Amino acid sequence: MKAVVTVVGNDKKGIIAKVSGVLFENNINILDISQTIMQTMFTMIMLVDFEDSKESVQSITKKLDEAAGEMGLSIHVQREEIFSSMHKL
Amino acid sequence: MINPFEIIETINMIDKENLDIRTITMGISLKSCAGPDVDEVCEKVYNKITEYARDLVKTGEDIEQQFGIPIVNKRISVTPAATLVDALENPTVDDAVKIAKALDRAAKKTGVNFLGGYSALVHKGMTKGEKILIDSIPRALAETDIVCSSVNIGSTRAGINMDAVKRMGEVVKEAAELTKDTQGFACAKLVVFCNAVEDNPFMAGAFLGEGEGECVINVGVSGPGVVKCALEKVKGADFGTVAETIKKTAFKITRMGQLVAQEASRRLNVPFGIVDLSLAPTPAVGDSVAYILEEMGLEKCGTHGTTAALALLNDAVKKGGVMASGYVGGLSGAFIPVSEDAGMIEAAKCGALKLEKLEAMTCVCSVGLDMIVLPGDTSAATVSAIIADEAAIGMVNSKTTAVRVIPAPGAKVGDIVEFGGLLGTGPVMPVSGYSSEEFVSRGGRIPAPLQSLKN
Repeated sequence: MKAVVTVVGNDKKGIIAKVSGVLFENNINILDISQTIMQTMFTMIMLVDFEDSKESVQSITKKLDEAAGEMGLSIHVQREEIFSSMHKL
Repeated sequence: MINPFEIIETINMIDKENLDIRTITMGISLKSCAGPDVDEVCEKVYNKITEYARDLVKTGEDIEQQFGIPIVNKRISVTPAATLVDALENPTVDDAVKIAKALDRAAKKTGVNFLGGYSALVHKGMTKGEKILIDSIPRALAETDIVCSSVNIGSTRAGINMDAVKRMGEVVKEAAELTKDTQGFACAKLVVFCNAVEDNPFMAGAFLGEGEGECVINVGVSGPGVVKCALEKVKGADFGTVAETIKKTAFKITRMGQLVAQEASRRLNVPFGIVDLSLAPTPAVGDSVAYILEEMGLEKCGTHGTTAALALLNDAVKKGGVMASGYVGGLSGAFIPVSEDAGMIEAAKCGALKLEKLEAMTCVCSVGLDMIVLPGDTSAATVSAIIADEAAIGMVNSKTTAVRVIPAPGAKVGDIVEFGGLLGTGPVMPVSGYSSEEFVSRGGRIPAPLQSLKN
């Protein structure tokens, strides 16, 4: 199962390290990363694969929220189909 | 592979523009529960609903969390309960109320927000059981919490059953009176239809129709805020552009509904019925159909031009949505429930939006006079006449129309009635002071129009 991780917030050192660290610890593979500044906000979008992980989208969301809590980031983890169904025919 | 703009667009729609799935509604047939003994029927009804819908709420919540799309309500619709009353031996109003209570208990056990289907279809005539069910509606709604009721009193094919129209005016008044402590709240759970649809996932009018199967999943989308935000980006453009923008947005919203419907159907192992393309507002600011109409250039919803704006909106939503889903059904259009729409509430408060204009608007959108608070001294005959007017619009235009009005006991024009939650806040709107008593008392049927003779 693939999911999209979206991280939005003020640019700070260590955002990528923190997020990818949590993903690594939970055996989640990063397939693609895109990073950009949108309307002055740091925006990182990752396509990840849950294939080898025992975790669910819900539990990873919780872990990422805990890990990034003090950094003032908004993190979403959503199954990839929501985006493909909305934007692709 | 990743298009950040598309991903951020979707997330913004959900986080900032109130995009949500309004409801996953599971339709459950109760035909197998019919029998002569009311206690046995109640037990069967309770057992069937709690078994079929056992995982409905949990599944909805899982989908919500995994896809990151809010699913506001989980609901159940059932076979019109009049079918069960008809099968009882010597049924009484007390028996019918017992069934309503069993439905309420079962719905609460499953954790859903509402259950619809305490209903009767009497557009041409009334059986004994249907008459008893209609008589029992005020008590059934007053003595239960989340059961919703609907009665179909007309259709393009059959005409309008004016005996039923007369009776429903009285039922609405009785329901208001029995719940006068909550300013007639029971009326918010009661809809009177013309051309009711069998697969409607929206409340209060949901029921599982005669032609439906054992169990089915129907999904209703929402998202007026998304349409409004999209229109902000084409300020001043011509109507071709406006329609095109709405179509594209409706497509995206509906795709979300289709995805959720398929996913829910697969996980629950229940066939997928339809996606209902309706734009359903909530009282939250930024989730209003009225604001879309105002974004098109109207100073206030209800002014001249509102009907044309709504006609364009309603049509564009359908055109955009229809390609996004395999099966489209239900009511599919724009809803204009006054108390549930921040923009409508404002427009009604300042006098821009009146009952007569709302009636005109119902000619071009999906439902009818919805969630309108009337003065407490409105007579039953006037409520019946309002129902007859709406039914006539539905009958002649081969569309669904509905009336859900609340003659709030003690309320006067200008008062504000608070319902809370999705049902919102209703300013009391004036009705004509002239009587329709004699008209309504004639009884009989208004014959079906020429439009019915299609064969």
